[in-house]
Amino acid sequence: MSKQTWVDLAYLVAASCFVLALKGLSSPKSARNGNLIGAAGAIIAVLTVLISADLHHLPLILAAIAVGSVAAVPAARRVPMTAMPQLVALFNGVGGGAAAIVAFLELKNTGGGFPLIASLFTVIVGSISFSGSVVTFLKLQELITTRPVVIPLHPVLFVGSLVGAVALSVVCFAKGGAVDAATYAAIGVAVLALVAGVLFVLPVGGADVPIVISLLNAFTGLTVAASGYVLDNVLLLIAGTLVGASGTILTRLMATAMGRPITSTLFGALRGGSTAGATTVGADRPVRSASPDDVAILLAYARKVIVVPGYGLAVAQAQHTVRELADLLAARDVELLYGIHPVAGRMPGHMNVLLAEANVPYEQLKEMDEVNPQFATTDVVLVIGANDVVNPAARQPGTPISGMPILDVDQAQNVIFLKRSMRPGFAGIDNELLYQANTTLLFGDAKDSLTKVVSALKNL
Amino acid sequence: MSGGMGLLTVFVLAVFVGFEVVSKVSTTLHTPLMSGANAIHGVILVGSILVTGAAEGAVEITLGLIAVVLATVNMVGGFVVTDRMLEMFKGKKR
Repeated sequence: MSKQTWVDLAYLVAASCFVLALKGLSSPKSARNGNLIGAAGAIIAVLTVLISADLHHLPLILAAIAVGSVAAVPAARRVPMTAMPQLVALFNGVGGGAAAIVAFLELKNTGGGFPLIASLFTVIVGSISFSGSVVTFLKLQELITTRPVVIPLHPVLFVGSLVGAVALSVVCFAKGGAVDAATYAAIGVAVLALVAGVLFVLPVGGADVPIVISLLNAFTGLTVAASGYVLDNVLLLIAGTLVGASGTILTRLMATAMGRPITSTLFGALRGGSTAGATTVGADRPVRSASPDDVAILLAYARKVIVVPGYGLAVAQAQHTVRELADLLAARDVELLYGIHPVAGRMPGHMNVLLAEANVPYEQLKEMDEVNPQFATTDVVLVIGANDVVNPAARQPGTPISGMPILDVDQAQNVIFLKRSMRPGFAGIDNELLYQANTTLLFGDAKDSLTKVVSALKNL
Repeated sequence: MSGGMGLLTVFVLAVFVGFEVVSKVSTTLHTPLMSGANAIHGVILVGSILVTGAAEGAVEITLGLIAVVLATVNMVGGFVVTDRMLEMFKGKKR
């Protein structure tokens, strides 16, 4: 068997691993194994190229791999689960950056034609993915405002940078990708694409950022596929295409969960209507607040309680206290469920991860469609650090979250909000529910408040 | 298999596979799935290694090595963080 044959076979094994990984990740039972199969495929692929290819600078390459691993593993191991979305965004961005660099270095070797076009495509899209991901990281880390940012002439600049990048690509193509003139044009392409990536993500509101991460993820997949075409490497082509296709589907699923078409998520702020949040301030309106003891009594004598957790719960690290409360209520024969909105937390499914971390039994977690009919027969709903996902404003037209499916919390007998302040949620709109007659507010850090409720409950 | 037509065939088939494998996934798994897919495109590391191995001159080698570092971060970090997420689901499915 020739060398090329066994290299191709090894790549085929790796590609199969990636398909099995995605398949496995689609079901809770097989998800963890799926991920490990994917990792195995990646290791096979890297070992194959290291052993088989005729590589110069091998020690330097191995050192670079070591540096990357040393940087990545502690970050991935130690990041708090609440900060995980931004880490995924960052990992995606550096992948896009790597693809752009690979394509840039390949420009002179393509010999023109379709491979050169694919290289230029990768330089553009990879750069957009890199700078866009960095901006999503900054937004989620709250290093810059989570609100949509629209600078003067934003659409013109965005389209301008894209058109400029494409125009320079044409120049580069005309020069056949050769050194000097074409190289400078390609640098210009990369710079303009980086600018376009920043302008692309800036107008997206905080609540919509996860959808953008997913989209940029799909973008990076496509660049990897294009790199596979340029380098005549079937494995890169398959892996990149798989990610591009599945990422596209995932982006659409997420957008559906938010109840809005993907275009209004991305460009809404430019037209003046995404989660831009024209903040309606309702600071002077009367609300009903209660003490932890009142809340404990209400809970202790309820028959059915639904907990609606949100990002505030995660930030306060209150998952474990919620679990403790749930155990106490279970001892009192109170039926307790968790109503999980698809986009609770910062990413779809994020809340499930956080509650699983606190050992909350899987079967108590109810998805929105399952839990919504149950609110009418519920005595107490405990909303912990959630806001937009229970905001009835979503049912009316003309608000930033209009059309987003919500949890019908307002149908329950009593609603208790654990909130730090009257500040509106991530989408930046006031919540009518807070002023309703059957709503009670318990102000304070979610964990402090819950701890007080738990100790009050123990003393009953 | 190589050559334009062969690669195009592979591309089209991979699109269908990509669509098919994730078409019915519950929202619970959206985050780990995104993260796992993210790790898979870290395989651009293979491309980065190939390009760096053929690089000439300080500028090219430096750029190539940067790509290798970035791709490694993407791949290694991606799989590790996905595993950490999924670790939390274990033991709850009696």
